[in-house]
Amino acid sequence: MKFAVIQFPGASCDLDLYHAVTDVLGEKAEYVPHHETDLSAYDAILLPGGASYGDAVRAGALARTAPVMEGIIGAAKDGKPVLGVGNGFQVLTEAGLLPGAFLKNRDQKFICRTVKIQVVNNRTMFTNEYTEGEDLEIPIAHGEGNFYCDEETYSRLKENNQIVFVYSDGNPNGSVGDIAGLVSEKGNVLGMMPHPERAAESILGSEDGLNVFKSIVKEWRESHANQA
Amino acid sequence: MQTKLEPTAEQIRDEKIYAQMGMTTEEFEMAVKLLGRLPNYTETGLFSSMWSEHCSYKSSKPVLRKFPTEGPQVLMGPGEGAGIVDIGDNQAVVFKMESHNSPSAIEPYEGAATGVGGVLRDVFSMGAQPIAAVNSLRFGELDNDRDRYLFEEAVAGIAGYGNTIGIPTVAGEIQFDPSYAGKPLVNAMAIGLLNHEDIQRGLAAGVGNTVMYVGAKTGRDGIHGATSSSEEISDDPGKERAPVQAGDPFTEKLLMDACLELVKSDALIGIQDMGAAGLTSSSAEMASKAGFGIEMNLDLVPQRDENMTAYEMMLSESQERMLIVVQKGREQEVIDLFAKYDLEAVSIGHVTEDKMLRLLHKGEVVAEVSADALAEDAPVYHKPSREPEYFREFQEMEQQEPEVDDHRETLVSLLKQPTIASKEWVYSQFDHQARTNTVIAPGSDAAVVRVRGTEKGLAITADCNSRYIYLDPETGGKIAVAEAARNIVCSGGKPLAITDCLNFGSPDNPEIFWQLEKSADGISAACLALDAPVISGNVSLYNERGGKPVYPTPTIGMVGLVENLEHTTTQEAKAAGDFVYLIGETNTEFGGSELQKMLNSGKISGKAPAIDLGVEASRQESLLGAIREGIVRSAHDVAEGGVAVALAEKVFGTGLGADVKLEGSAVTALFSETQSRFIVTVKPVHAARFEELAADARKIGEITKTDRLVIRDAEGNPLVSEDVPVLESAWKGAIPCLVNSEG
Repeated sequence: MKFAVIQFPGASCDLDLYHAVTDVLGEKAEYVPHHETDLSAYDAILLPGGASYGDAVRAGALARTAPVMEGIIGAAKDGKPVLGVGNGFQVLTEAGLLPGAFLKNRDQKFICRTVKIQVVNNRTMFTNEYTEGEDLEIPIAHGEGNFYCDEETYSRLKENNQIVFVYSDGNPNGSVGDIAGLVSEKGNVLGMMPHPERAAESILGSEDGLNVFKSIVKEWRESHANQA
Repeated sequence: MQTKLEPTAEQIRDEKIYAQMGMTTEEFEMAVKLLGRLPNYTETGLFSSMWSEHCSYKSSKPVLRKFPTEGPQVLMGPGEGAGIVDIGDNQAVVFKMESHNSPSAIEPYEGAATGVGGVLRDVFSMGAQPIAAVNSLRFGELDNDRDRYLFEEAVAGIAGYGNTIGIPTVAGEIQFDPSYAGKPLVNAMAIGLLNHEDIQRGLAAGVGNTVMYVGAKTGRDGIHGATSSSEEISDDPGKERAPVQAGDPFTEKLLMDACLELVKSDALIGIQDMGAAGLTSSSAEMASKAGFGIEMNLDLVPQRDENMTAYEMMLSESQERMLIVVQKGREQEVIDLFAKYDLEAVSIGHVTEDKMLRLLHKGEVVAEVSADALAEDAPVYHKPSREPEYFREFQEMEQQEPEVDDHRETLVSLLKQPTIASKEWVYSQFDHQARTNTVIAPGSDAAVVRVRGTEKGLAITADCNSRYIYLDPETGGKIAVAEAARNIVCSGGKPLAITDCLNFGSPDNPEIFWQLEKSADGISAACLALDAPVISGNVSLYNERGGKPVYPTPTIGMVGLVENLEHTTTQEAKAAGDFVYLIGETNTEFGGSELQKMLNSGKISGKAPAIDLGVEASRQESLLGAIREGIVRSAHDVAEGGVAVALAEKVFGTGLGADVKLEGSAVTALFSETQSRFIVTVKPVHAARFEELAADARKIGEITKTDRLVIRDAEGNPLVSEDVPVLESAWKGAIPCLVNSEG
């Protein structure tokens, strides 16, 4: 299968995702620049962390206007897996592919450290390699990671099992409901603030994030085996 | 026309307007002689900025010449944007440390941020992809609003720039002392990686080749920054404040990526950052180094502000700009390349044969000065030097053991000293994992960053105990390098080379110049003994406020090579039952120690700890040998606070404890700061082999399953016995508590 790693100007964690998919997982990946509009050649779309457009206005606010969003929205409609990590998650909410919005961290400071998160829904195309209730150690690195949504939205997210990851050992940034990651109603768009690509090799301290990518590959292989 | 308002050449001479730009009368007369006529306003600006201490090193040059700068590993020593060291396999590591003290004292967020941006440009202008950033910071005690503000904002500025551009900040060090009150030191270091064939230099060569301007537009910010950073910080509100430039890490990210694509093109002849003294220093230095001249039409310079004069454009220190020289006829390729990154590349001039820097503005030649006169002919001062009286007094004092009633209480208090306390509050604001190569993150002795695609890693650290240097600059200089090397070795690396930032008070004070000279002697001796030459660096003088200088602070940034990442070692204990060894004997040495400072309300006196560089080198070599054999489970150097603090740091965060026995007088055994010591843990099965390799190692105890730190005297009576979580919470809570206090 072939992954697209989107390159928004300034979003620097594109290479982290690229290496996790290629070097660690052994799958194919290509960088796709922000002005590309056609993503039909790719099986999964990855939106990297970093600071697209220097986080001007709000983190993710300008990236939603990039031409490549047309391709990303199309891929999401087609049911392809779309994963946004960190700034990628912020872009997905700004573009309306995921509900909610992001505020500055509760303590007003950037936070970079490894946190514990729990898998609350393992029946998604991004988490099928995890067990439900599993605790993961994955780094966060963000200044605007405080997820906000109104109560009605939060109830709906819970009802639909859209909350996939929650912070399980203290809420680092003030996010509503301790939400660390959530999927779209259809389940094929995942946004998460922790960086699974930074927890994909034991030499870097943790392999707990690798199953996010393995799950995408597994789901894709199974659905393509059925079609064949 | 604004230019008409500028003073005439005669006015500049008669009214000594050059003095406002930081030039002495002798220097002005020298410039007149070199020029063969009176300089106009713009030309006076060129001379004054290029001849500032910051650009010319006129006071420090005789000192810098002492540094050993050569070695088989050195591919490029001092003189370019950054130095380069070979790491094998056709790869090389590029690094440099820079000070941004004076802007950070005024506008700490932007001052610190642009310090990071500037040193990153120094590294990518050499053709290297930056892979890591490091910082070394000094602040006053966090007992007042101003110093807390400077601390918090400088940290936020470093975070804001480094995190946004996506280069991980992997290591750093911070010390607090009243001598830095209101005059912080902000030193930023960047490390990059390149293949040998991509090495670039700042050269303007080949008559007719095109000089191009790339990156952000030029504004009025930072005009004369190089000159104001070469003066004492003024408390006079009436005095014109140094103009601080603002950083834009987003533009820098684009500029970095574009330049790293450009270095692969053979259209590029030379490239240099527009750092201090911006367009002036980059053009004059590139021409002078290559033995050519440059003619530029300033009308073509992209400008952010309206009606800028030639003087303002040449002296602006707007950020995120580079000057490049490209082959004539290939300008469009370069324009297209930068356009891909939404950046402007503009032809503003060409290389000439006549070795002159010639500037045109609005149809007139507004400056015509020899490039060498600006870049090479600055005066060199051999400043008078005098041994201060305090030094003689301190040398005559006997080493004394301070009186301590309660060892446990003293350990807890030491762990709360901000210089010793956990710096997590700081480094958790820095993205230290971007680029997914950080093998050892901040908090251990040195950071280790993987060289992707190889088995190798780079160990990176910054260090300087300025208290020792104040007491005895030569010994302190040796210790600064030796301690940096200890950090590298403890992480599994072999020291490769150093960069330095020489932060001192006014060199016009003979006693301060003496500190500068002596510490350079110490640094040089240690570099030779530990085979780590100086490949780049920076000098920051006049760090004074109200006539009070900072402690002499020659910060050392060191990079080492971890040949195989399997050798990577951290400071934390790994398993219960492991043996604990102390390498090196302990003497009564408290001059400049953390304990002395704590017990004497900040004052220090006496002799600095002694250091024998031969012993240091052989201990480092044997420890590294044992690490490479894979028999060392953890390693940590003994630094501020002595063995007791080092032992506590070893068990923090591990859930383990330690039970050890120390010989000799209790206070000395626990808290003395004798040099060249390490604490390591070893599996019992490897004990015999380890003892064979490390002759100076003595087994002092074991790592325990219960999380309690027990330190006993030789008879086995506990001197300190405390639950590790109690110690750890004192250590972790100290800085957040100080930051959140008021008053």
